[in-house]
Amino acid sequence: MTDAVTVSAVGKTFAVANRGTVVALEDINLVVAPGEFVSLIGPSGCGKSTLLRLIADLDQPSTGTLSVFGKTARQARTDQDYGIAFQQAGLLAWRTVAENVELPLQLHRVAKPTRRARVAELLELVGLTDFADRYPDQLSGGMQQRVAIARSLAESPGLLLMDEPFGALDEMTRERMQNELVRIRHETGAAVVFVTHSIPEAVFLSDRVVVMSPRPGRIVDVVSVELGGERGDEVREASAFFARVSAVREALHGAPAKGVRGVENR
Amino acid sequence: MTRARPIILGAVGVLLIGALWELYKAIAPATGVVIGGVTVLPRSSDLAMPHIATMFLRLGQPVLGDPGSPPLWLAVLQAAGFTLGIAAVSWVIGVVVGMLLAILMQRFRTAESALAPWVILSQTVPIIALAPLVSGFGSQIPGWQDWMSVAVIASYLAFFPVSIGALRGLSSPEVAHVELLHSYAVGWWKTLVRLRLPASVPYLVPALRLAAASAVIGTVVAEVSIGLEGGVGRMMIEFASASSGDPAKPFGPIFGAIAIGLVSAGIVALLGLFLRRYRRSEATS
Ligand SMILES: Nc1ncnc2c1ncn2[C@@H]1O[C@H](COP(=O)(O)OP(=O)(O)OP(=O)(O)O)[C@@H](O)[C@H]1O
Ligand SMILES: [Mg+2]
Repeated sequence: MTDAVTVSAVGKTFAVANRGTVVALEDINLVVAPGEFVSLIGPSGCGKSTLLRLIADLDQPSTGTLSVFGKTARQARTDQDYGIAFQQAGLLAWRTVAENVELPLQLHRVAKPTRRARVAELLELVGLTDFADRYPDQLSGGMQQRVAIARSLAESPGLLLMDEPFGALDEMTRERMQNELVRIRHETGAAVVFVTHSIPEAVFLSDRVVVMSPRPGRIVDVVSVELGGERGDEVREASAFFARVSAVREALHGAPAKGVRGVENR
Repeated sequence: MTRARPIILGAVGVLLIGALWELYKAIAPATGVVIGGVTVLPRSSDLAMPHIATMFLRLGQPVLGDPGSPPLWLAVLQAAGFTLGIAAVSWVIGVVVGMLLAILMQRFRTAESALAPWVILSQTVPIIALAPLVSGFGSQIPGWQDWMSVAVIASYLAFFPVSIGALRGLSSPEVAHVELLHSYAVGWWKTLVRLRLPASVPYLVPALRLAAASAVIGTVVAEVSIGLEGGVGRMMIEFASASSGDPAKPFGPIFGAIAIGLVSAGIVALLGLFLRRYRRSEATS
């Protein structure tokens, strides 16, 4: 089976006006297997978002190659092989919850009855069936984020790209969303590349945690989590969980970084 | 209550203007105030400033002295309807042209830098200068009528706020939204229809309101410059010159013009109501 994502020797350099260049990524190598959950963690500015954007073909690498399900990133985007969710929910204010989830299906000319059924299914999945006709401004931040996740799942992508989707949520909502994501991911079987600043979040969700360091952005370590498939809240109390959290933390601090600001240890 | 508020305030404003008019008439000298040959304050005689009651009474009387002449209000109403029709046509032309220009400027950065200065410069050309040009061009087209010249000239004023407002609106979506649509691998057209146009509505509605006001003013002025009969523009000139013994008469078409302004503003407000789903951001932010 082809890997979900293959990143080989990728570098990304940005030209900054009047300031020369910024090396955002250098020599990145990463393989994400189908159905695998991989988190990217590291201090602010280490290139996590940049790497995600390269995979999503929202930006192009300066060096190296990148493939998604064996195709170029561009082809994968054209074929809609991935769903994406950002830190901000990014819902369209003039569309109801149902219409927001429907957006990708509508843009890709899916027949209306199919669309309806799929939207109902997705809202059920994220527990927002009763809110289908609300507008985004009538929802809490957590609910908006769930709409965005439902939208990213609309076309049953084999790969989910998520950039700090829970970053703006309070701790309780966040843990509930994490539980839901674990469940959703098991129901859909999608591979996930997940950017986060939270070590426990990364450990709780992932099969592997990729630890990065800044200036230039590099991968310094990859921590395998191996806490089993379907995880529930009990995992958060398990000693194996804490062991993994410590492992990731050490990898982060051991990184030759000038500080690990921007990483939450909660 | 909240809905009635602007209407009440508007009515109070109108009454206040009326009261000021009468107050000035009551206290200012009939011959005005002239200092060193320069008129500082206007005359307040009944000839220069008829009583408001006189103006309204005049509306009920026939236009001319001869029998069979219709009452003034009816003549004004017909003229106002005529002018409103032309203004509506010019508004539609202005909105279409303004939208197309905005879409073009949004689509091509070069078009923006090439067009934007001309769009702004265009508004410095006075209508008076434009009128003979437009009617001259029009006369070469078979079947062209004078009212069409008026509509074209007025649309020249109406397109401006639309093009500026729509350009801002079309450029208003956040980068994240544009990238989302990009991630869906949809092209320019779908991005326009599904994202840019809906997002432009909060900017567009005030622009449409301005365009309506410009269309009305443009139509009245163009009627005068072209010499088109039948509308309130021409009627104002006629009544003002022919009625030195009938000072309340010219206020008929002035009221007519005000009515046109109110009706057109009302129509745009109704349009805004239909588009309210796209204006949620106005209420929340
Ligand atoms: N479009 C751009 N132009 C110039 N520099 C950029 C651009 N995008 C990112 N960078 C730079 O690349 C580096 C990596 O940025 P990136 O957004 O990927 O970091 P990040 O790991 O996602 O940080 P955070 O955790 O704060 O979100 C930063 O130094 C940033 O300034
Ligand atoms: Mg980031």
